[in-house]
Amino acid sequence: MKRFNKNSIIKTIILIVFYIAIQTALNLGILDTYMELNIILICINIILAVGLNLITGFTGQFSLGHAAFMCIGAYSSAILTANFNQPLLVALIISGITAALAGILIGIPTLRLKGDYLAIATLGFNEIVRIFALNTDYIGGAIGFNDIPKYTNWTWAFLMTVISIILIKNFIRSYRGRACIAIREDEIAAESMGVNTTFYKVLAFALGAFLAGIAGCLYANYFHFIKPDSFGFMKSIDILVIVVFGGLGSITGSIVGAIILSIISLVLQSVSELRMIIYALILFGIMVFKPRGIMGNTEFKLFRKGAIKGANTRSYKSI
Amino acid sequence: MEQVFQQLINGLSLGGIYALIALGYTMVYGIIGLINFAHGDIYMVGAYVGYALTTFLGLGLLPSIVLAMAICSILGMAIEKVAYKPLRNSPRISALITAISVSLFLQYTMMYFVGPQTRTFPEVLKSSSIRLLDGKVVLDIKNLIIVGITVVLMVALQYIVKKTKMGKAMRAASLDMDAAELMGVNVDRIISFTFLIGSALAGAAGVLVGVYYNTINPLMGSLPGIKAFVAAVLGGIGVIPGAVFGGFALGMIETIISAYGGSVFKDAVSFIALILVLLVKPNGLLGRTLREKV
Repeated sequence: MKRFNKNSIIKTIILIVFYIAIQTALNLGILDTYMELNIILICINIILAVGLNLITGFTGQFSLGHAAFMCIGAYSSAILTANFNQPLLVALIISGITAALAGILIGIPTLRLKGDYLAIATLGFNEIVRIFALNTDYIGGAIGFNDIPKYTNWTWAFLMTVISIILIKNFIRSYRGRACIAIREDEIAAESMGVNTTFYKVLAFALGAFLAGIAGCLYANYFHFIKPDSFGFMKSIDILVIVVFGGLGSITGSIVGAIILSIISLVLQSVSELRMIIYALILFGIMVFKPRGIMGNTEFKLFRKGAIKGANTRSYKSI
Repeated sequence: MEQVFQQLINGLSLGGIYALIALGYTMVYGIIGLINFAHGDIYMVGAYVGYALTTFLGLGLLPSIVLAMAICSILGMAIEKVAYKPLRNSPRISALITAISVSLFLQYTMMYFVGPQTRTFPEVLKSSSIRLLDGKVVLDIKNLIIVGITVVLMVALQYIVKKTKMGKAMRAASLDMDAAELMGVNVDRIISFTFLIGSALAGAAGVLVGVYYNTINPLMGSLPGIKAFVAAVLGGIGVIPGAVFGGFALGMIETIISAYGGSVFKDAVSFIALILVLLVKPNGLLGRTLREKV
């Protein structure tokens, strides 16, 4: 396969044009800081969602604890940038790795569990991380961590989003990715075919956690201030909603889901009192009318070559 | 030693409340395999109904519990009909998100109507205490009444599930829904009935919590809801005695941790206990091990 074919060149050009367009709009003041905030939030949500999609959508492991990894990443980067004056790149890498280590640490024991049991164990892990963050004085406890330098900007957020998407896309296409998909389809069959299920489940978990750590780092370095309650169980649910809304097992879906849900919550800001009620109703409507998400598990392709419609329709019995 | 006794008494009350909520979770999970996240909010609605009845109508404890149970059971059945029935054949994750959306809807609708502030529950029970062991252990009459009501409700539930025709149908449906349907069980009715019973128990727990802790707020359901689910999983989900056992165990663990100075970590400890139990016995302490067939 050629690395530089028509498809990839066109995609790269589109990305660069998109980046420059937003950057110019920001420089010229067409998009104000409030819009910049929302754009960066969308980027962070996309990174979180593709990471969780790898765990839940592609590997079929039902995790309700994604915000915990984001929390770990955010606090690591806050400590690195605020207390040790490290640049953002170092913070990004180290917070990603810390979150991935936490993912491995919690993944090895809990990934023996299946389905709802795994969900509730990861939810428990989420709460444990939040409660320990609340009670650790070094990182500010319940008051939160203040005065984190603001390094994150559109360039970093965009770069990290693109890297995350490419990373997950290529991972899914590799033989390791196929092993993960095999686990989702039928764990017992995959195991009997010689797939080391524990290894691949932990691998997917660590990779998803790594991305969540990066997202947490971007988040911490954009908002100056983080507090443990921002990374509670509801945050995990928010990420899961993006993934399911977009479509489990569809990276395009996660991107579209993150954008649409961010726009919805942006629009709902104006009716603050009814915001959560309307949000709940929208969520409910989506699940009733599109239980498999807007994209199902298909991807958006620029040039559809020889694809049979519905050829990769799969069952989601396991999740 | 006295302190341990004192904490055990407090733990019993808390555990009884957890057990009542956990029963609803475990029954719904046993039948349709759904983590009903809205269950904790039904319990919140129960607390508010109890508040309204005791404050504005001046009813006593028992009539308000019965009325709260009735209103919550109607609410639970309505939620099942409107929200969960259309999704019965959808992926489980969508059903779960629907449950979360119902939970958010209940929380914020309640908040919209009654306001986000914490309300003080009226003094329904006169606080009179019995002193044991030379006055070192205080047994509040509230504890006795709460544990008493909890036990009565559990015995009633056990009777319904084990001795009535409806209960037999429930057990059949939880074992194999298709087979039960083929044998002439009206599965839709059974599911509604399960929601009815579970929500009624949650409503009772809501009123009891109001009486015991004196404060209620619209978001009070989310954490106890999750913890009651933890209790259900701890005891073995889908198993009714397991939920009771898990509820009491969790209540005890929490009060004992708080007594020894770890009150800020009490929530964390219950989740750590959950993870440890799941690792040793993945089906819960009283759960049955089901072999997976290929």
